[in-house]
Amino acid sequence: MSTDYKRIIRDGLWDNNVVFAQMLALCPLLAVTGTATNGLGMGLASTAVMVASGMVIALFRGLITAEVRIPVFVLLIAAIVTLVDMMMNAWLHELYKVLGLFIPLIVTNCAILGRAESFASRNPIMASASDGLFMGLGFTFALVVLGAVREIIGSGTLFANAALLLGEPFRFMELTLLPGYDGFLLMILPPGGFLALGFLLAGKRLLDARRNRVAVQPDPTPAAEPIAG
Amino acid sequence: MHKTNPKPEYRKRLAYSAALLGGFAMLAGAALTLGHVRTRDDIAARLAEDRQASLSQVIPAMLHDNDLLQAPLTLTLDGKESKTVFRATHEGRVSAVALEMVGQGYGGPIVVLLGLDRDGKVLGARVIAHNETPGLGDKIEVKKDRWITTLEGNSLAALGHKGWQVKKDGGQFDQFTGATITPRAVITAVRNGLDLFEAHKAELLAAGTE
Repeated sequence: MSTDYKRIIRDGLWDNNVVFAQMLALCPLLAVTGTATNGLGMGLASTAVMVASGMVIALFRGLITAEVRIPVFVLLIAAIVTLVDMMMNAWLHELYKVLGLFIPLIVTNCAILGRAESFASRNPIMASASDGLFMGLGFTFALVVLGAVREIIGSGTLFANAALLLGEPFRFMELTLLPGYDGFLLMILPPGGFLALGFLLAGKRLLDARRNRVAVQPDPTPAAEPIAG
Repeated sequence: MHKTNPKPEYRKRLAYSAALLGGFAMLAGAALTLGHVRTRDDIAARLAEDRQASLSQVIPAMLHDNDLLQAPLTLTLDGKESKTVFRATHEGRVSAVALEMVGQGYGGPIVVLLGLDRDGKVLGARVIAHNETPGLGDKIEVKKDRWITTLEGNSLAALGHKGWQVKKDGGQFDQFTGATITPRAVITAVRNGLDLFEAHKAELLAAGTE
């Protein structure tokens, strides 16, 4: 059985996006997306964990019985997150100071357990790794978009502190879009996260609905012919 | 892999599941132990660098010629609690001390690092950890606002306990529009630090730290 990587990519990035379609991982999502940079960092850290946990779980999938699968998955994911936390603290300390608060939040990310249960436990290692990668990238995309919306409306900047996260060469990403803007505190606080998420979800539904209408509607010219005939 | 094969008999037993869970627990434990051992020293070094960086903000480099992290003094308070104080010495004489004080803010504890000279004058204060509302209470961070620097150069002797309060309570220091609890917590933490310094002055300034 060959793996349909195209399907995996499409599902991860858009059709079955963790946030916009599966509505998972809302806890870390709302907590960190005060700025686009935070969203990016959280997304990349989650992606790394999803790839690693997908591979480990796919590796052991032949051994694990249905009765104890959930505790085993939780155990493995928690161990991986803790390892990532320690390694970032030791070797990527500057990044850790920015993201350190959010790393333990990855454990609360039900999307990781969700992918372990619905994909990694029944697919080979490479397929699970790529599922983790694209689900993670889809999650990162959602976090960055939500973070950008909240940051622009909330404080008038975009990608503030990006140099802290990605290194000095990325300072060009730090933009002040609305100079002298006083800020709109509500958008930075959790209610702003809910509001922005609601609008983004509505936007995604609209886009999908339009795409479906275009796909379903037959080409007008051939449809007109029988009437004429 | 063996999806078409029926499950072998032994996998249906309870003992298999128990052993499986136990085995994974051991595996995870081993991985975490290994990770901890490999990262422990690096993490300790990074934390020391962080502490060094924040200490250098509250004690000017010209005031000391020692390593601030070396030989910290542990004060015993009320028999039970203890507090670690970092001492800056210049030619063997204590020139300044730094200590961490905790105040109760709006969103939880606020940790303030306080640097004092021999006379109990504030050399510098920095909030090193807090959980206050972004945009309102986070003006206590020196990155966001210069407010915390207004404490510098003041002492308990000059202002008294009445002066070491926010203006709303009759003191010397500004509160923020829409946020009084946060600056009040910082000022209280610093005042407690000044009291502590006065109470233990002799012990803190004792020479012969080298």
